[in-house]
Amino acid sequence: MNGKMTHNIKHHLTEELLMGYSAGSLPEAFNVVVASHISLCDDCRAALAEYDAVGGQVLAKADAASLAEDSLEATLAKITAMPVAKDVKAPAMESGIFPAPLREYVAGDVDAVKWRKVGGGVSQMILKTSSKATVRLLKIPAGAAMPDHGHQGTELTLVLQGAFADDHDHFAAGDVEVANEDMTHTPVAAPGVDCICLAATDAPLQFNGLIPRIAQKFMRI
Amino acid sequence: MLTATDESAANAKRVVLIPRTGHTTAEPCSVKAINVDETSRDKRMLWVNQMYAVRDGQDTAAFAELFGHFAPRVKSFLMKSGANHDVAEECAQDVMATLWRKAHLFDPAKASVSTWIFTIARNRRIDFLRKDRRPEPEELTWGPEAEPDQADVLALAEDTEKLGEALAALPEKQRNLIEKAYFGDLSHSEIAAQTGLPLGTIKSRIRLALERLRHAMT
Repeated sequence: MNGKMTHNIKHHLTEELLMGYSAGSLPEAFNVVVASHISLCDDCRAALAEYDAVGGQVLAKADAASLAEDSLEATLAKITAMPVAKDVKAPAMESGIFPAPLREYVAGDVDAVKWRKVGGGVSQMILKTSSKATVRLLKIPAGAAMPDHGHQGTELTLVLQGAFADDHDHFAAGDVEVANEDMTHTPVAAPGVDCICLAATDAPLQFNGLIPRIAQKFMRI
Repeated sequence: MLTATDESAANAKRVVLIPRTGHTTAEPCSVKAINVDETSRDKRMLWVNQMYAVRDGQDTAAFAELFGHFAPRVKSFLMKSGANHDVAEECAQDVMATLWRKAHLFDPAKASVSTWIFTIARNRRIDFLRKDRRPEPEELTWGPEAEPDQADVLALAEDTEKLGEALAALPEKQRNLIEKAYFGDLSHSEIAAQTGLPLGTIKSRIRLALERLRHAMT
């Protein structure tokens, strides 16, 4: 069993995200966050199975397209020619804080992350995904303000270590925050350990503007 | 045809099955024993017995039954996602070949046959459209798994049937949107752009549809 299934997760994925992940219509950056959260969250894993079942029934009820005449024979020939399947499952976690789908992108756990400082004590590593959306790891010193990642579009933030809070809510390890355009808040990393998050956004990132905007945030506070 | 040349695949399967040899040899007998009501039982099992036959006996007749039912639907699914006739044919064959090759991973207590085929078809579609990669969540269990409990398998088959009926009973407008989301490979905003309906309408219709499906399952 997974050693990390211990979180008391309070903030879950939305219907739209679970359905999009099941249907396969999310950008890669979102898929990484959704797969990582589901790895940690029994509730969302069970919900995903339901969405997959809806997909299964949509398929089961679909009109039947006409097949090529030799379709079955061609398929049997493919089976014969197929190399033996190797079922490579991601290795079980013994220690560390990253779920398997994230470890795949970082090529290791938190100690393999190539952090780059972005100002305000905050470090990040952008993961390589398709360009439709971006996903990055963020490390915010305990007690410091989160960088203003401007809620244009949809943004998902999964907490992997530590916690952050704003005026309304507290997000601890395993929790995912789903924020939209209409959301304005000033999250701050909880005291104690550094807060490490996986954050994806489908809004264009303005890297150059990040430092000034963090400065701006501090000025406002 | 298969038994002669598919020895390596058969060997691989045998290795996988070793930990549960006792169950798998006993199984065909227990299925035969309930001869009285075999047809209706078979219907309730929703293709699970054919999957067992493919998994445990490399049974081409059972595979042909699964193929006859699902391959045309997989092809239709892929065509609605934008594949042309030839690509959809080719990919539907790949999906059904994967079903054979990965039959040992099929767990009827976790997913129905139609759900399992849907996930294979979805992944094949992501590949051929060169779409965004979709990493899978971490697996929960390790090592050889116990043969699933027959009661769990039947319970899931019943739920699946109920879900199918509930989906068919949805108001057409709602059902269309669910189909577009799964078949058309469209996000909610893309559906809005395609249909000209406001995004809020799409979202609330899908939410209502999902509520109805959930309600039908309780």
